[in-house]
Order: sequence, then C-alpha cells, then structure tokens
Amino acid sequence: MLPQPAPKPGILARRDAIVAGLRELLPDDGVIAEKLRLKPYETDGLSAYRQVPLAVVLPRTTEEVAAVMAFCHREGVRVVPRGAGTSLSGGALPMADSVVLGLMRMNRITEIDYADRCATVQAGVTNIGITQAVAGEGFFYAPDPSSQLACMIGGNVNMNSGGAHCLRYGVTANNLLGLKVVTVEGEVLEIGGAHLDAAGYDWLGLMTGSEGQLAIVTEVTVRILRAAEGARAMLAAFRSNEVAGACVDSIIGSGIIPVALEFMDRPAIHACEAFAHAGYPLDAEALLIIEVEGSTAEQDFLLDRLKEICARHDPISLKVSTSAEESLAIWKGRKGAFGAVGRISPDYMCMDGTIPTSQLPHVLRRIGEMSESYGLQVANIFHAGDGNLHPLIMFDANDPASFARAEKFGAEILTLCVEVGGCLTGEHGVGVEKRDLMGVQFTETELDQQRRIKSAFDPGWLLNANKVFPLKGLAAE
Amino acid sequence: MMPGSEEGVIEAIRQAHEVGEPLAVAGRGSKQGLLRPVQAARTLSTAGLAGITLYSPSELIISARAGTTLGEIEAAVAAKGQHLVAEPPDFTALFGQSQAQTIGGVVGANLSGPRRVAWGAMRDHVMGVRAVNGMGEAIRSGGRVLKNVTGLDLCKLLTGSHGTLAVLTEVTLKVAPVPEQRATLVLRGLAPGQAVAALSAALGSPYAVSGAAHLPAALAGFVPGIGPGPATLMRLEEFAPSIAYRSERLRADLAGFGAVEVLDDAASRLAWAAVRDCAPFAGMQGAIWRVSVRPSRGPAVAAALEAAFGASWFLDWGGGLVWVAGPATTEAHDAVAAAARAQGGTHTLFRAPETLRAAVAVIPPEPAALAAIAARVKAAFDPRGILNPGRMHAGT
Repeated sequence: MLPQPAPKPGILARRDAIVAGLRELLPDDGVIAEKLRLKPYETDGLSAYRQVPLAVVLPRTTEEVAAVMAFCHREGVRVVPRGAGTSLSGGALPMADSVVLGLMRMNRITEIDYADRCATVQAGVTNIGITQAVAGEGFFYAPDPSSQLACMIGGNVNMNSGGAHCLRYGVTANNLLGLKVVTVEGEVLEIGGAHLDAAGYDWLGLMTGSEGQLAIVTEVTVRILRAAEGARAMLAAFRSNEVAGACVDSIIGSGIIPVALEFMDRPAIHACEAFAHAGYPLDAEALLIIEVEGSTAEQDFLLDRLKEICARHDPISLKVSTSAEESLAIWKGRKGAFGAVGRISPDYMCMDGTIPTSQLPHVLRRIGEMSESYGLQVANIFHAGDGNLHPLIMFDANDPASFARAEKFGAEILTLCVEVGGCLTGEHGVGVEKRDLMGVQFTETELDQQRRIKSAFDPGWLLNANKVFPLKGLAAE
Repeated sequence: MMPGSEEGVIEAIRQAHEVGEPLAVAGRGSKQGLLRPVQAARTLSTAGLAGITLYSPSELIISARAGTTLGEIEAAVAAKGQHLVAEPPDFTALFGQSQAQTIGGVVGANLSGPRRVAWGAMRDHVMGVRAVNGMGEAIRSGGRVLKNVTGLDLCKLLTGSHGTLAVLTEVTLKVAPVPEQRATLVLRGLAPGQAVAALSAALGSPYAVSGAAHLPAALAGFVPGIGPGPATLMRLEEFAPSIAYRSERLRADLAGFGAVEVLDDAASRLAWAAVRDCAPFAGMQGAIWRVSVRPSRGPAVAAALEAAFGASWFLDWGGGLVWVAGPATTEAHDAVAAAARAQGGTHTLFRAPETLRAAVAVIPPEPAALAAIAARVKAAFDPRGILNPGRMHAGT
C-alpha cells in the first residue's frame, strides 16, 4: 500500500465536529459523511490506490468554496480538490484526515464571447462540455485529453492536461486566459481575465499544472478557437520503430506540423486491431496516424506531401483516408487503445513520460528488454510529434507480486525517460504515482525551491499535501 | 560583473546574498529603459554566458545560454527553415539605443510580437530554464521536451519576472517551421470599432490568421506600404496554395467591411516587422504604454486616452494590445491606468524618463491577498531581496 502522510493529530477525533461545521456552511446535500456514500471518493483514475476521506463537500458557488476553505484553514483540516476523478496519477487520492472538495456541481458556463474568442466556465464543466457549448458557432476548446467526455476543466487546469492535438494547439496552459481561485485562507483571487498577458508575475502559468498545491480553481476563462474547415487522417505502417522514428523526423523537417502525429508499436497495433477492427496491418512493427486540417483541397495538398515523405521510408502500407468515415476508422483503434489493452490483460498501468523524439528507438528497445525481464507485457502509444510516451504495462491486480513488478517496471521506464533527456510526466501529472520519483528528475535544492513556492501559497501544507513532493520531505506537523 | 559561466553567476550571487547587496540584473542592458529603475551599485550581467548549447530541428527545440543574442538564435534557426513562434520584437529603435538583446532578456521580459494573438506568447514557448536564485542556488525547471508537467512550472513564473526571482543562465525554446509564404489583407478607412469587428471576424474564421492590427490615419504612414489613411491588417502564413485560397475566402467573408487589398510576401514581412517593433512610436518623444484588454475593448481605451491627453495609439493582437504614446506626466499615466482598469485590462508603462518610471506604478499593483503571496514567492527565491529590487513594484 502506498504510504500516506500521518494524519494530523486530533483531526480524526474531531471528525463529528468538523462535519457539523461544514454542514453549517453548505446546504444539506452538500456534505457527505456517511461511510457508504464516501466510498466512491476513495480513489480516482488510478484505482490501485484507495483511501476513504474524512468527509466530502460539494459546493455550488465560489462563495461556498471560500467558506469551506476558510473553515478548513481555521480548523487545520487538509483539503483534497477533485473534479471528475479521472486523474491517472492519483491526483485526487484522499487522505484519511482530509476533506475532499468536489467541484462537479460547479458546472455552469457563465460567459461565451465569440467576438473576443473566449469563454468563462465553472471548474466542474467537462472538457467536452466547453466544445459542445460553442460548436454551434463553429468553435472549439483545443486541448482534448482522452478522458474529455468526463474530465473537468478545473482538473485540466490543475494537471495542465494535453491530448492528441497539442502538437498544433498546445496544452491547457497555452489555452487559458484567466482563473478565479480560492486561497487556502478562503480569499477569492482573480488571475488574468479575458485579456492576454497581464503585467506582473505569471500566476496563471504557475497555477496551471500545480496539481492542487497552490489554490482551489473555481472558474476558468479559456480561449476558444474557430475549428478548421475539416480534418483527415492517414495511416503509415513501417518495418521497424527506427524507420517510423526517422519518418517522424522527416515530416517535422519538411515544415509540415500535422495536427496529430500518433505512433503505435507492434503490441499496441495488435491489441487495438483485435478490439476495434480498424484495418491496421498486423505485419507492421510500427504505425503512424497522421492528421491534417483545412479545406478538402488543402488536406489533399498536405496529404500528398506526407505520402511522398512516408514513401521515402519504405513503408509496408500507406492509407490515406478519402472521407470523414475513413478517418474515423483510422482513429477508432487508437482511441480505443485503453479498452483494447483492458481486454487482453486484467489490469494495466498507463505510464506517461516524455522523451526527446530522437530517442524513441532506443527507449522502445530498452522497454522491450525490461518487459522480458519483468515478465510483463507492454504496449506503447506515443504522441510522436511532442515526445509524450504512454507505455501500457499489463499486470494482474489480484496478484500482489504482479502489481509490485508492474510498479517497479513503470518506475524504471520513467527513470529511463529522464536519463535520455526527457521527464517523468508529459500530461498526467505527478500525483501520488510519481511523487517518490521526483528525485530522479530534480535535485533536492530544486525540490526545496518548489516546496518553498508551495509554502508561499499554503504555509500549513493543507492543500493536496500527499501529492507531487516525495513524502519524506513533507513538513512534520 | 559579467561572469563567463553559471558557476560565476552562482559565486556572484552567493557573495551578494551574504552581505545583502542589491544587484541590478541585466543581459546587454537593452531593456534598462523598461519598467522601474533599479537602485543598485553593481550590475550582474549574463552577457558573458553566450552560445547555443543544443539545437535539434527535428525535435523543434533550441537551447542557448542566457547571454546569447536573439540575432544569433534567429540566424541559427533560420538556417534550418525555422523561427521563434512568439516573434519577439526588437525595441532597440524604440528605446533609442543600439545594444543587441539577449535571449535571457527576451524571456525575462516575456516579449511577444503580433503572432502572440494566434500562437501564444514567449512564455508559451519556453520549455526549459536553468537559473540561479537569490541565494546562489542553481535550479532547473522544464527540460528539452515539448510536453512536461513534472513539478511546478517555474519556466512560466520566471518568464516575465524581469530578473526579480532568479537570474536565467540558459533557456530552451520551442521553435517551428517558417511557413512557406505570407500575405496581408488590408481594409482601408475603418473607424476603430469597425476595425476591431473586422479583426474579430478574421481571427474567428477557420483560416488561421496570425496577425491582426489596426493603424489610425496618423500612424499608418510609419508602416511600410500601408499609409496613408486608417488601415486594418490581417496576416496569413501558410503553404502557397493555402495563401491563395484563404486570401480569397477572407476577402469574401470581409466584404461587408469594404474592399480588401492583399500585400505580397515581401510587403507583409516589412509591414509586420514595423508593427512588431512598434515602429510608429520609435521617433516619438514622451512616454509609451502598453494596455492589454479584451480585444473588443481596445477602441474604448483608445478613445478615452485620445480625449484625456490627445494620445497617439494603434492596436495589435486583434484590438487587445493598445500601444499608447503621450506626454511623460503622472496625469497621463494615471489616465492610462484608469482606462485600462475601466475596461478590465492592465497597463504597462513601457518607455518613459526615469523620473516618471520611479514615481508611478509602472504595472498595476496587485490586490492585497495576491501581493502577500507575491512577497512570499519573492522571498522563496530571493529572501534578502537582492535581485533587481524595485524593478516591477516600488519597494519589492
């Protein structure tokens, strides 16, 4: 079991009084304290780790969040913010003495301004909900994490979520204009707004990706973009990871930045094809999905150039979609990758390192060797344009030895990512999962610098205190 | 002091930290005229930390020591058909001096050009930093990859912090291929409100407009090939067939605003360099401000300041960036700050005589709760307050 910070003295004993205090701040249905009803909040998208919290609060307004924070601050109670609970790094894992602050009821869109290309929404609006609200006018919200049907914008801000299209459109941080946040003391702050680049320190940039360490995000102003006229995908299959990697280099070197450039290795191709019957060639060692945007003629122009580039790398097959339906079919396998792997293995762990793209063949070779030595299968999916690698490690959670091996395997992959010049996490966040690996990427001096910034916002370490930083460094109470 | 290595920067800051000696932090000093003057007997310059340390065109990444000139970096990436996406401006003419700017200064000031409106600011393209904090400790954040959420994002915090938190020693930037061609669509004779409506229509089109500016009659002549008369400019940067197609589509979409002229690639380069570098104000006396607002509010800021002190102004970023020139007086400055605030935006006193920059809030003060956090964050990097004291706000 994952080590957790020791509960703060007295908090568990004062549970009833704390719950009663919270009930004074929120309507009856806004506080959950019954054991059975707390159960759904014990875990998130990283379901291997579980901990029932002290209580759950479900505010509807920024004012209610502020009241809860002021109360918890006064009482010295730890707070774990939660959106839809889709974190793959355990970002919403509670502590036994913590109040889970669920933002899912804050699901109103407060403003859409097409002329100024921005929308202001509460933290509990889903990622896809923003796009759906503006799609009628031809607009969209660009970051598209795989969990976009469920995940909420407040969580996206806290994890700086990415997606398959960030090579072209950037990650969450590049698509934000403003935040409304509540400090640990319960003060409401407006950061940025509907304008670009406010003068002064870049609080917006610092808070994005801060994993709930600095403040509670209650409202978000995002950039909305007009969608391209259309998009189309092509599929290119290659004889080796090296050749596919070289093809990615050639594409980027040609001056074309596709809107998506996805790579799958042999195990991933087989798993996805068995699941989705997308027509992937099973004799390929590596597959690229390449997507371009524009009018039909513009798509043709770009796809012709891409075809020429791919053809220079001795592909096994090249398939250019001729319709929206064919593009969907090409994407179907990739988008179903998690489900596909879930079908061939009782459990899997999705890793999330980033590597310099030139290191891909070397890293995949090493992962293959590790896979043999740990006796666990792995399938690799890779956002090839930006170097974000998702190895899916297959294991059996009912077998503690298998789980322990998978954890070690994952840690070894991430350590390798850092060794070749990359990082521990490209889009899932550190959470609890990679907390104790932070020393692989950062010196103790660098971690102390980050901890002092955390302390500047949250001197008592009440906000999401079991995440991001190695537990041994957590300030003793 | 101009150390030739990061170790030298560490040593210099350690010594200053020990005795609590304030240091002015600079590259080559090209931005000394920006924001508040720093009261420090000695300057720590990063100009000695020169050179590109890594350039991987296929990974869209370049790293350089902080003192490397922007010119050297731009030349290196141009040789591989790439560029810096944020299009950092060259304000040497604006500030009336000749020092080349360093990449450390460009990042430290978070300076972005017209492309900012579509493709992000300098801070969006800083993938990694090495820096030395106010205690003389080396810290890194980010790295050399394009996607990284490991730990707090100090790249963004340090970008635009004007050397007040740490001294940048090396930065890693995302680069992108230079589009094959440029073109600029020009609408003539629009009033400011109409101009911003046209810019919004263009930026809200599916055609990826990458520059959107409006010049009133008095200033249009300072942009090559544009004047005379008010001119509203929209830039496309694409492969050649897309330029042809998108120009025609936009011409049709914007027909309600008047006849559209199209400037070719060469004319576009000249026009947008002038907008980027604030060429219309380069020869002007007095003070210069930048106001950042919701784009549709840009014309209201301009009108208020015309009425208040006969301001000269032009609009970039689709109306969201108002460049303002006027007398270097406290009254004019207060009017700018008030107009920005009234429209929900922020101001920066960008260029002014030292006496004015020392006397006023060059950027808006933060609300008390945020100012308290800011003071603690400053102390988290620089507990004795030795790095560029007073550069952004008086007394900090």
